Amino acid sequence: MTALLELQDVEARYGPVRALHGISLAVEEGTIVAVLGPNGAGKTTTLRAVSGTVRRSGKITFAGRSLGRLGPAAVARLGIAHVPEGRGTFSELTVWENLRLGGYTRRGSIEPELERVFTYFPFLSERRRQHAGTLSGGEQQMLALARAFVQRPRLLLLDEPSLGLAPVLVAELFRIVRELNEKEGLSVLIVEQNAHLALQAAQNGFVLEAGKIALAGTSEELRADDSVRRSYLGY
Amino acid sequence: METLTSPLAGLRARGIALGGAITVYLLLGGGAVFLLVGCLQSTRFAQLTVSGLAVGAAYGSLALALVLIYRATHVINFAQGELAMATTYIAYQLIQWGLSYWEAFAATLAIAFVLGTALELVVIRPVQHRSVIAAVIVSVGLFILIDGVVNWIWGGGIRFMQSPFSGSYDLGGVNIQHLYAGMLGVVLGCVLLVWALFRFTKLGLGMRAAALRPAAAALAGVRVDWMLALGWGLAAVLGAVAGMMYEPSQLLLTPTFMQEALVYAFAAAVLGGLESPGGAVVGGLAIGVFLNLLAGYLPQVVSLEVPFAFAVLLAILLVKPSGLFGRREVSRV
Repeated sequence: MTALLELQDVEARYGPVRALHGISLAVEEGTIVAVLGPNGAGKTTTLRAVSGTVRRSGKITFAGRSLGRLGPAAVARLGIAHVPEGRGTFSELTVWENLRLGGYTRRGSIEPELERVFTYFPFLSERRRQHAGTLSGGEQQMLALARAFVQRPRLLLLDEPSLGLAPVLVAELFRIVRELNEKEGLSVLIVEQNAHLALQAAQNGFVLEAGKIALAGTSEELRADDSVRRSYLGY
Repeated sequence: METLTSPLAGLRARGIALGGAITVYLLLGGGAVFLLVGCLQSTRFAQLTVSGLAVGAAYGSLALALVLIYRATHVINFAQGELAMATTYIAYQLIQWGLSYWEAFAATLAIAFVLGTALELVVIRPVQHRSVIAAVIVSVGLFILIDGVVNWIWGGGIRFMQSPFSGSYDLGGVNIQHLYAGMLGVVLGCVLLVWALFRFTKLGLGMRAAALRPAAAALAGVRVDWMLALGWGLAAVLGAVAGMMYEPSQLLLTPTFMQEALVYAFAAAVLGGLESPGGAVVGGLAIGVFLNLLAGYLPQVVSLEVPFAFAVLLAILLVKPSGLFGRREVSRV
């Protein structure tokens, strides 16, 4: 079985600074994969390399197609939704407009899509005319996820979804991501500081250190690893 | 720090913002009442008001073009007025070749759109990513280039272009020229269409998203580069409408006829808040009426109109840099 997303020897750089030193990883269709690692290890850059928002080289294939030189808009059109760190919602636009943007690459009405999304995020339905900037941080994160979901991606790239959220909301967020994965077969590549939660949700994981893959395995294997336990799980 | 995080400070800040909005609306409402009362009192005042609103609409349309580009790229396009002038010459030429006025009008809008888009693609885009100042300097260069090309093709002499509106009608004893009523109607109609495009269509939403947060818009699949080029195209269309409608009120067509209008459009855009499309139009109308009344009642200061617009500009930048409708940058932590 070939993976949905495959990275081979991918390097990425910000100007003269190299952030990824040739990483290889794969996301199988229908799985959740977690990327762990300390600050500055290149976790966010890994997601950005996939979505084309950073200069990268090496081989990235998605559903058999090379993402090679594609820019972010073209990557999004192939079925990859990237929820960046800090949410990426448009606070000046209404909730409905934000969701409409999620369906920007789709033709025709997005109403059926919205109905589906509102079953996961009921509060958005009542607030569709409200400006997104008036939502709380947690609600904005939910909106960012909902927006990505309207895009109907095959692969979701989630960057630090728990950042700055109350624990209750974080749990809710992960519950929804898992539900999307189980019910809709959505594949997810998730970067997360909270290694407990990430490994609970994910089937597989990678540990990045200084722009290289330090460790890879199933979630159970990673949880059992001494260094992972000490560095990321804290026991 | 404590004062920033305390709820009282937040409330106070919101109160000030609300107070500011109320002041602005009171000011505008007061102005409108003043104009209305004046119009009822004096026919001369009413005529000056109508013609002022009409030329003000043209300033507003040009100001809106400036605001669209400023919002999308933070570039002040100094060539906007000259572009409007050049497209008016194109309309003039089409009429000379035998097209009817409205055929020429429609064709010119299409040409303006293509021209604006092409300018962004060919001239602005290559320097856009370097720095804002580079793009601004390029727009000044564009000003000179367009001026030169128009002078080369049509010469610097005076030409005449007829207005599609002639005659006048009587409204409660006030003689209103069709020229001004038509001008007001066409310009505001076009502005409304552009607003509807932005507000109600998917393309408009994509353009707004691309202007607000290009990176996030791209992640949603919006082709940001294309949106910016289309924005330039639309701005050129608004400018062309302003130019074609403004020209008859100036009675003659010369390569410099939009330069004063550009100064007023700058003042209008700054008065409106530079980021606010509605503010640009309101600012244009306000400046048009104000200058017209000034020139009507104090003819001895007519030559001071442009310096006066500069004074308005300076005063706004000193007293309230965010203009009437501009929002202060507020970042939530």
